[in-house]
Amino acid sequence: MDLLSSFLIMAALVAVPLLAGVAGGGQGVLLVGIPYAAFAIFIVGLCWRVVGWARSPVPFRIPTTCGQQKSLPWIKSATLDNPSTGTGAVGRMALEVLLFRSLFRNNRAEMYGQRYVFGDSKWLWLGALAFHWSLLVIVLRHLRLFVQPVPACVLALGKVDSFFQIGAPALYLSNVIVLCALMYLMLRRLWDLRLRYICQFSDYFALFLLLGIALSGVLMRYGTRVDVVAVKQLAIGLATFQPVIPAGLGLVFPVHVLLVSTLAAYFPFSKLMHMGGVFLSPTRNLANNSRMKRHVNPWNYPVKTHTYAEWEEEFRDKLTMAGIPLDEAKND
Amino acid sequence: MTDDRHQIEQKPPRSDWRDPAVEFRKGTYCHSAGAKYVEALGLPNPRDWNPADADWKLPPDWKQIILDGMAERLEKYRSFKLFMDVCVRCGACADKCHYYLGSSDPKNMPMVRAELIRSVYRRYFTPAGRVFGSLAGGRELTEEVIKEWFYYFYQCSECRRCSVFCPFGIDTAEITMIGRELLNLIGCNINWVTKPAADCFRVGNHLGIQPHAFKDSLEFAADELEEVTGIKVDIPINRKGAEVLFVMPSADYFATPHYYTLLGYMSLFHEIGLDFTYSAYASEGGNFGLFSSHEMMKRLNAKIYDEARRLGVKWILGGECGHMWRVLHQYMETMNGPADFLEAPVSPVTGTRFDHARSTSMVHICEFTADLLYHDKLKLDPKRNDKWVVTYHDSCNPARGMGLLEEPRYVLKRACNQFHEMPENTIREQTFCCGSGSGLGTDENLEMRLRGGFPRANAVRHVREKQGVNLLACICAIDKATMPTLMDYWVPGVEVAGVHELLGNALVMTGEKERTTNLRGEPLQPAVPETPPEEVPHG
Repeated sequence: MDLLSSFLIMAALVAVPLLAGVAGGGQGVLLVGIPYAAFAIFIVGLCWRVVGWARSPVPFRIPTTCGQQKSLPWIKSATLDNPSTGTGAVGRMALEVLLFRSLFRNNRAEMYGQRYVFGDSKWLWLGALAFHWSLLVIVLRHLRLFVQPVPACVLALGKVDSFFQIGAPALYLSNVIVLCALMYLMLRRLWDLRLRYICQFSDYFALFLLLGIALSGVLMRYGTRVDVVAVKQLAIGLATFQPVIPAGLGLVFPVHVLLVSTLAAYFPFSKLMHMGGVFLSPTRNLANNSRMKRHVNPWNYPVKTHTYAEWEEEFRDKLTMAGIPLDEAKND
Repeated sequence: MTDDRHQIEQKPPRSDWRDPAVEFRKGTYCHSAGAKYVEALGLPNPRDWNPADADWKLPPDWKQIILDGMAERLEKYRSFKLFMDVCVRCGACADKCHYYLGSSDPKNMPMVRAELIRSVYRRYFTPAGRVFGSLAGGRELTEEVIKEWFYYFYQCSECRRCSVFCPFGIDTAEITMIGRELLNLIGCNINWVTKPAADCFRVGNHLGIQPHAFKDSLEFAADELEEVTGIKVDIPINRKGAEVLFVMPSADYFATPHYYTLLGYMSLFHEIGLDFTYSAYASEGGNFGLFSSHEMMKRLNAKIYDEARRLGVKWILGGECGHMWRVLHQYMETMNGPADFLEAPVSPVTGTRFDHARSTSMVHICEFTADLLYHDKLKLDPKRNDKWVVTYHDSCNPARGMGLLEEPRYVLKRACNQFHEMPENTIREQTFCCGSGSGLGTDENLEMRLRGGFPRANAVRHVREKQGVNLLACICAIDKATMPTLMDYWVPGVEVAGVHELLGNALVMTGEKERTTNLRGEPLQPAVPETPPEEVPHG
C-alpha cells in the first residue's frame, strides 16, 4: 500500500513535466516558481526543525558508552567510543557523521540449529556510506552550474570523480556508485521481510525520489545529452535572482528539476531530517564525564521525598530497640 | 515447561504493524500495580485492574492526559523529541534486541517499539501527520494503543543495546522510559516496579526491610562470615563521622547468591580497615524510579546524598548493581546535587584520588578494589576459586551507561585462575541483557524473561561447551536474582556469582583460620597440582 502510493506519486511527478513539455507550457512554473518555492521551504523548514529540537533542553547527560570509561590512570580508556572530554566527543561525532561509526558495528544474528551466531554484516554500512558520500560529491559538482567562474576545487572534484576517463562525456564514478547504492537500499527494503514489515510511505518515497533524480541526471548526461550551456544559464539566473528560461533544455530536464524540488520541499517534513538531527543526539554528542563535572538540568524541580526525620519518627522504636543511633540533634 | 520456546520462529511477519491488537498471554506480561502502592506514592488513578481484562478503568480524560504528557515531555527532553523525528528505519537495530531475538515478535524490534509511540506523535504533533494521517505514518491514539504500549514498553528492559548500533544514537531506553511515564499518568503501572518503589520510599529499600531487620540481616551475614573465616567483622550502621558511606542494592543482604557478594564486601572492608558505615535509611542503592519516571527516580535517589550529608561522610562507595549505577553515574548529581558537601574520593589505603568521580563523590566498588589490587594491597589466593571456571557478564547499565568494563575483569582475573570471555559480539558494550532488567524480573513474566535471556544464555552455552565454564560472574543485583533461573533453563550447570564473592573467596585475611569452604559454605575443591606428580617407580 505504502509502496504503491509512493510509486504512484512518483509517477505523477515524472508525468506532469513530461506532459507539460510535450504541450509546451508551464515552463515558468516548473523551472522557476516551483524551485524557488521548494528551496524556500527547504531552508525555512530546516531551520524551523533544528531550532525546534534545540529549544528542548538536554536535562541529563546520557551518552551511550561504547568502550572503557576513563577511571583509573592505568586503565586505557576508549577516548572516541567513550569520550570523557569535549574534544573526544567532537571526535566521536566526526567518526559518526563522516564514517558512520555506529553502523560499522552492525552484525547479523543468524539462527543455526538452536543457537544464534553473530556474523559481521557491513553491507548496510557500505551502502549507506557509498550513497551519502557520492551524493555529497554530486551536490558539490553541481556547483559548477551555479557559479561563474567555477571554483578550482569544484573542477578538481569533477576531475577526480571522472578519473578513469571512461566514455565521453567521462563517466563520473559518483554517478555509478549512487545508483548502485540506491538500488541496494531500495532492494533491501523489499527483500528483507523484517524491514518490509515496518517500511512506510516515507521510506519508499524518499528512495524513489532519489533514484528518479539520479536516473534523470544520468540520462541527461550520457543519454539525451542536455545542453549544459542552457542549463547553466538557467541555474545562474536562478542563483542571481534574475531567472531566464533558455531554449533547448529538453524534456528530461524539467523532470529532474521537479524531483529535486519535491525532495527539497519534502525534506523538512520527513525522516530526511536525520541529516540535521544526527548532530544533536544526546547519546552521542556528550562527553561521559557525569561524575567529574555536574550536569545541570534547567528544569530541575523539587520533589516530594521521605526525609530522614520522617523516617526516624516512624521507625523510632525499632531503631532504639536495635541500638541504631538516632539523630543526635533530635536526642539532645 | 514445554519446549516450544526452543523453537524460535524465524518466519517474518505478515501482519500490519499499525494494528495495535495485543493478546495478553500468561507468562508474557507483568501484573498491574496494587492500588495501595500506587496510592502510597501519590500516583494517579489507583485501582484494582488486570491487563488481561477488557476494561482497564482508565480515567475519562485519559487521551488528553497522554497527549498533554507527550507535549510536556517533547519540550523537556531533546532526546525524546529528536528520537521521535530522526529514525530512518534502516533496520540496524532490528536483531540487536534480546526480546526480539528470543520472541521473534516484530514489535520487539527497537525501531518498531519506538514506532508505536512515534506514530501517535506524528498524528498529533507533526504537520504531515495531522494532514496525511496514516500515509505519513500516523496512528490514532486509542485504548488499544495504550494496551499495546503497556505490553511492549514492559517488554523492553532499557538495556540500550540497540542504541550502540543506531547511526543516530536513538536510545530505546529513553523512549521506553517516557512511554512508561505516560502510562503512569493514567495509572497503568506494574506491580513489580511500583511495590518496590513504594517500599523504598517509605522504609528505605525495595524489599521493605525495616531498620531492625536490616541490622539483623547484616549481623547474620557477619556470623556466617565468621564461620568461614574465623574473623568477626564490625557492622557499623548510621554511624556519624565515618569516612565513607557504603550503599548497596538491598538484594545483597536479602537474596542469594547476592548474599555471598555481601560477605565479600565485608571481608574486604575489614581487611583494609575501612572507616565506613552502612545506612538503614539509605539502605537501597537500586532505584526502581528509573523504571517508572524521572520524578520517581529523583524522589528515591534523594536519600543517598541526604544521608551522606547527615552522617558527615567524605565520600560514598557503591556496591554491585546495574541500574543503580546508571542512576548514580548519569542522573544522581544532576537531580539531587551539587554534592559540594562531599570531597573528591581518595582511597584511604592507596592514596589514589578517584578523579573521575571528583564531582559526584561516588565510587564503584570494582573501581575501588581494582585500585587496591593494582597497588598490591590485598593478598589473594586465587586457588580457592579453582572449582570455578568463570566467565563475565557485563551488566547493561555499567557497560553502556558508564563504561565500567575493565575494572571488574581486572578483579576477576586476579581472584580466579580460570577465566574465559564469551564471544565478542555478546560482551562489553555489546553485552546482552539478562532478559529481566528494568523491573521485568517477576515470575508471572517468566516466559518472556526466558525468551529475552536466550541470547545471553546462548553465549554462556558456547563457553560452557568450549571451555567448561561453570560460573557466570556479574555485577548486577537483577542479574544475580534472575540469571540462576535463566541458566537452569538454557544452560544447566552454570551458577551465578558477584565479582566480590570471588574476591572474598580469594582474599587472604589477616588472622583468618584455614579456610575449608568458600563463602557459600561449599568445600573448597583441592587445587589441581600445577605439575603432575612424579611417577614413583614400582618395587
